[in-house]
Amino acid sequence: MQIETRPYKKIHLGISLGFTVFYSSAVVIIPLFGLFYHSLGIGFTGILEVFTEERIRSALFLSFSVGLISAVLNLFIGFLFAWVLVRYQFPFKKFFDTLIDLPFTLPTAVAGIALTTIYSPTGIIGSFFDKWGIKIAYTPIGIVIALVFIGFPFVVRTVQPVIEELPKELEESARCLGATPFQTFRKVLLPELWPSLLAGTGMAFARSIGEYGSVVFISGNLPGKTEILPLLIVTKLEQYEYEKATSIALVMLLTSFLFMFLINFFQERASKKLT
Amino acid sequence: MKKTSQFLPFKPNFSAILTIIMGIGLATSLLAETTFLHVSFDPTRELYEDINKSFLKSWKEKKGEEFSIQQSHGGSGKQARAVIDGLEADVVSLALSYDIDSIASKSKLIDANWQSKLPNKSTPYYSTIIFLVRKSNPKKIKDWDDIVKPGISVITPNPKTSGGARWNYLAAYGYAKRKYKSDEKATDFVKALFQNTSVLDTGARGSTTTFVNRGIGDVLITWENEAKLALDEEKRSGKNSLEVIYPSESIRAETPVAVVTKTATEKGNLEKATAYLEFLFTKEGQTIIAKHFFRPIDPKVSKSSAKDFPNIKLFSLSDLGETWDTAQKKHFADGGVFDAIYKTK
Repeated sequence: MQIETRPYKKIHLGISLGFTVFYSSAVVIIPLFGLFYHSLGIGFTGILEVFTEERIRSALFLSFSVGLISAVLNLFIGFLFAWVLVRYQFPFKKFFDTLIDLPFTLPTAVAGIALTTIYSPTGIIGSFFDKWGIKIAYTPIGIVIALVFIGFPFVVRTVQPVIEELPKELEESARCLGATPFQTFRKVLLPELWPSLLAGTGMAFARSIGEYGSVVFISGNLPGKTEILPLLIVTKLEQYEYEKATSIALVMLLTSFLFMFLINFFQERASKKLT
Repeated sequence: MKKTSQFLPFKPNFSAILTIIMGIGLATSLLAETTFLHVSFDPTRELYEDINKSFLKSWKEKKGEEFSIQQSHGGSGKQARAVIDGLEADVVSLALSYDIDSIASKSKLIDANWQSKLPNKSTPYYSTIIFLVRKSNPKKIKDWDDIVKPGISVITPNPKTSGGARWNYLAAYGYAKRKYKSDEKATDFVKALFQNTSVLDTGARGSTTTFVNRGIGDVLITWENEAKLALDEEKRSGKNSLEVIYPSESIRAETPVAVVTKTATEKGNLEKATAYLEFLFTKEGQTIIAKHFFRPIDPKVSKSSAKDFPNIKLFSLSDLGETWDTAQKKHFADGGVFDAIYKTK
């Protein structure tokens, strides 16, 4: 006799599998296929040709460089947040913990408008820096700030559970064996945290490249200076150039996918090293 | 062990499939419910709320029938794309005839000769492009020549993303072309203008916010109705920090309307749609239009509202020897004049 090991009856699998397939087709696969289909209309050389335009190349460079800068900043800021939230007790901790999710739930345009208000030369923080001749809104610095805002929850939320799981004994034994706090951090804690930090930073980076809502308000959108790639997609659509628009989108998508893939690869290698 | 289907790794579940089909059916039937949809661009929201009220009242008096009109507002180009992609509009009113032409040529939902079906090339109102400056005009800006001078900070939306901004651009270009009688000098003129621009918002409302609320820039290039709305807003909140400047001449910014013939016919709304747009040309419609700071085309109405609309010299696109099609290709398409302005080399 064979024993049924599955905790659920097959009939449940039917509904859930059916729904999963239906949902992922309708929401992910079909739209992505449409993207490929649209951009392939101009052929592979056509896709490459889009990037010979100077404006697009400079936007490409800008989007990726501010994305990278903000991702690195998010790595540190996110780690700090997660560390403080797990390891320290302070009043209203739960409140601050909930606050982290705000960039996830807030419409990004609202965030963009709010940040622009604060950092423009007449804003609370912007006016302070303006006295020193430093402009924040309508420069790449403003874009980085917006991207840090929308990106850091990714790092916090991926690292936080890992820090929670870290056994305190690890640190204690390292210290007992004579390691300095920095050595303990670098040799004992960091290897454990590294995979999740990398994953969070990667997600923040991928999100940054495609971010539109919060950036268009603070960037000033000057061609060649503060114009980001998603804005150029909108620009192309405005000229009814669907193929060029989807080509840019496709390149962004593939790059983001490549990054996620690389990060997963390194993450896996790092986790294997641990065990 | 239970037997599963030969072809599928799981047993097909009919109740689940049925639920999904019913869900889809319900959703489409809700969407298909016939209403009258008017797709328009951003700054006409308040205008059409008023128009709809009056039109529905007169329709009820004439036909004894009641219905409701839904409005959709957004950037002109975005709205046109939505209609092309299947938003079931009965009528459209957009910022440029180019956008309506695009619907006609790309989707065939609108007849190619739409501009000949209503009076005045299907344009019930127009506006013009003027300046908004800080109170008492500290930089002494009087005309287009003043805003291309070095050291002046100009705010205007991006012509690549905003239909309204294309009117701004063409107003400046047209002024220079008519003054210097040369395409090259006109190009240099708009180049100088955009070199003075520090923020290019994606739409006209965004630029107004940047100028009025963020306090950036010395001059905002904007639509007459948008400028008057901003002044109105200030008056209501008790502030007084802005001033309208009329340049010596500017462009006649024509914003046309059209019946989306195919969709309206399919929805059985053709008669209503035509009557609705014709209403805009009546005296009642024109009066409401004037009240919302768009310039009416009816000479009688424009006479009675003359104090709201100072008489400035206006040139039209055709006075520049352009149509929207040629202007779009020459200035705003990829590799056009606007792109060249921002070339580093």
